[in-house]
Amino acid sequence: MGTARRTGAGDERQPVTAMTVLEPWIGKPLDEVLGTLRDTLEDPDYPTVKRWREAGGKVLGHFQVYVPEEIAHAGGLLPLKIRGAQIEARQAEARFGSYLCSIIKTSLELALSKRVELELFVTPPICDAARNLAAVWGRNFTYPCEILYLPQNANSSYAPDYLRHEYDRLRRAVEAVAGRPVTDDDLRRSIAVFNENRRLLRELYAIRRQQPWLLPADEAYVLTAIGGCIPREEHNTLLGAILPQIQARTSRAQDRLRVVFEGGFCEQPPIDLLRMIAQSCYIVDDDLMIGLRWIVSDVDAGGGDPLRSLAGAYLEQSSYSPVQHDLRKPKEAMLLERIARAGAGAAIITAAKMCEPGLEEQVAYSKALDAAEIPYFVSEFEESMTSFETLQVQLETFVENVLFD
Amino acid sequence: MSEKRAADGIVGRGMTSGSDLFRQWFDRLTAAAASGDKTAYVFVMGSLVEILHVFDFPVSFPEINSLQTAVKRVAHEYLNQAEDYGYSPDICGYVKADVAVQLRGGAHPMGTLPKPALAIATNACNTYVKWAEIWERLYHIPVFTLDVPGTRAAGGQTCPGDPDFAADCAYVKGQLQELIALCERVSGKKFDIDRLREVLGYANQMSVAWRRVIELNKSVPAVFSALTEGTVYLGVANGFRGTAEGAAYFRDLVEEMEYKAARGLGTIENEKYRLAFVGVPCYPIFRRFNEMFAEWGGVFASSTYLWFASGGTSLGFEYDLTRPLESLAEGVLISVRHAMDAMFHPDRSLAADLESFKLDGVVYHPIKSCRTVSTGLADSRRALMARTNVPSLFIESDMMDKRVVSEAQLKNRIDAFFEGLATRKQAARA
Repeated sequence: MGTARRTGAGDERQPVTAMTVLEPWIGKPLDEVLGTLRDTLEDPDYPTVKRWREAGGKVLGHFQVYVPEEIAHAGGLLPLKIRGAQIEARQAEARFGSYLCSIIKTSLELALSKRVELELFVTPPICDAARNLAAVWGRNFTYPCEILYLPQNANSSYAPDYLRHEYDRLRRAVEAVAGRPVTDDDLRRSIAVFNENRRLLRELYAIRRQQPWLLPADEAYVLTAIGGCIPREEHNTLLGAILPQIQARTSRAQDRLRVVFEGGFCEQPPIDLLRMIAQSCYIVDDDLMIGLRWIVSDVDAGGGDPLRSLAGAYLEQSSYSPVQHDLRKPKEAMLLERIARAGAGAAIITAAKMCEPGLEEQVAYSKALDAAEIPYFVSEFEESMTSFETLQVQLETFVENVLFD
Repeated sequence: MSEKRAADGIVGRGMTSGSDLFRQWFDRLTAAAASGDKTAYVFVMGSLVEILHVFDFPVSFPEINSLQTAVKRVAHEYLNQAEDYGYSPDICGYVKADVAVQLRGGAHPMGTLPKPALAIATNACNTYVKWAEIWERLYHIPVFTLDVPGTRAAGGQTCPGDPDFAADCAYVKGQLQELIALCERVSGKKFDIDRLREVLGYANQMSVAWRRVIELNKSVPAVFSALTEGTVYLGVANGFRGTAEGAAYFRDLVEEMEYKAARGLGTIENEKYRLAFVGVPCYPIFRRFNEMFAEWGGVFASSTYLWFASGGTSLGFEYDLTRPLESLAEGVLISVRHAMDAMFHPDRSLAADLESFKLDGVVYHPIKSCRTVSTGLADSRRALMARTNVPSLFIESDMMDKRVVSEAQLKNRIDAFFEGLATRKQAARA
């Protein structure tokens, strides 16, 4: 068991965000570190969050897809990306109807079972099911549970002002929990930390596009997703140390189909599913945990209004997903661009079971890929699935058809 | 309805003239399809017909079009066609029925529906946005997505005078201005603020009357079924909002309901149990679903459907005609927010309604097709049960897809519910 370690003690603003919560990993072999990270990521008891809390830290839990975590970070809170878990939703089942995706239920289960304890819960209304979460959560917990209304009318000239105010409202909510003001300087420092994090993640994804044989999809996923449940400074340190080791790997390229994996913007597929796919394809890009990479370039951390910078970045410097409407970013055109940029020859178009936005987008993606004559493999998944044999046979058949066409 | 009751010319008028208006409405849409008139597609929550009428757009409500296929018992044909096209069995049935209507060139049991020239989707339902994207792809039309920020946390509604309310309101107003500019471009007509005042005036009359109609169902016996008759009134409230016909209809409807209330005329002959309905109706067996309750003397005195599916106009918000655009923004914000609250926080309103509507029970009807309404109902029910001891029934089916509607199972559950209610009443008397 690792322990939370504070650095920079003595500065009231610094100790919490400088805490480390991962098992000690420096100096250990790369494969061992990756294995430990995977174990940590899959542990439904969220040990990193527990260590954070044991050290006196507070937690803002937020549901998928994107929340400006910098605001929580600036208040000294740990922004925790709640992404469901491979657990049985015993208590949560009684609070929901049927016909729902798994992540909605298991995310609430994490909280009801006290595996994850929070001081503040924030959810953007990304879909019809998730927009109920703040209400459901609010009826079951005494801490504040709020919706963050990100603009769906991203093309309105009034959206930046509105979103800046909405982020200020979130700042006030964070201040109430933190028990101290969140200043513009605090925000600028946090933006700088997150800019560095996004730069490192871009580097990681560049490896996948350029030398996918060095970094299988399952390992890339672990390295990315772990950032959602540890302090971002620690994630930066981790990536800064690991990425050069990956670059130094001596694996050789194989003749494999290069694919883009699309459909992991909210509920996450089991890591073993990614591992299975990686055995027959190179996943050269994806939308897994896209919220961590939503902002695609540096946010201005200079002397201007940091909340306005964050709002502008959401609207103008962002990726795409089925749950954001933006006339400038038709999803199927964005997918084709992702495929082209990654040099992929095919796509895996998947959706979580009962995920309406994902299932609806599958139709548009399929039509666009048909028109572009790009082969694709359509499937559904669930975070709790454990058997992949049928899917593996289907996928291998698909890959053979493409490679030997 | 007895002949004696109908003979006075008032009782039952809301149903017959509502049906007539609906036929006229679909006839107009059929005419628009034939003439190629530029039609706007809108949704019931935040339809913004107040602005669209200024530009004389014929207005089509795809939700209403879709539910009509279920009421006419042909929804399965449309659902199958959309599923063959690629849409999953697990997405909203309204969407799929509409996709099939579009694939059929507008062919619909009530006539021929025109293609859209413009679509408006609020963020009150995420499926609205995804649905509108389908038209965007099919027809390359402008889609206007209107953000109406809802309640951020239970009980946290902001009011005029609050800076957060002002920020939300400014955003809605700005978007309305952008919508007006878009309507000018699409229609080729100039915006007329006096025409907007006229439309808002009619909308005010309808909102006030709609609120009054709902209140009048506190009468014992209930003067209308909030599930069946209420759905017809709701259709007029949406389809004819902001029109002289709609205002006249609701004036007459209030007269009818006051007439019935004053004379103790109930919607069913032998009212025994007064119920609240929470969710979306079961349109594939619309009449039979209600009968399963009415046979036991159960009547739906209130329904959250009438609140949210009217876009929150049940609140009775009245626009200030001296500052039409600002007031429209406030009204849209407050009303659509109210609609969302009715879906996400129904326990809060229901707790108050138990007494004022003299309710004996609450029937929750989550459905597969609509996760916006259905996701939190089980939890909302738990919350209501924790605060009150009102009996409740939780039954699931669908608003479109008869494959997930089991009449026998529903009846078993409903019968058991009423047996429990009867026992409870007996015990109370003893």
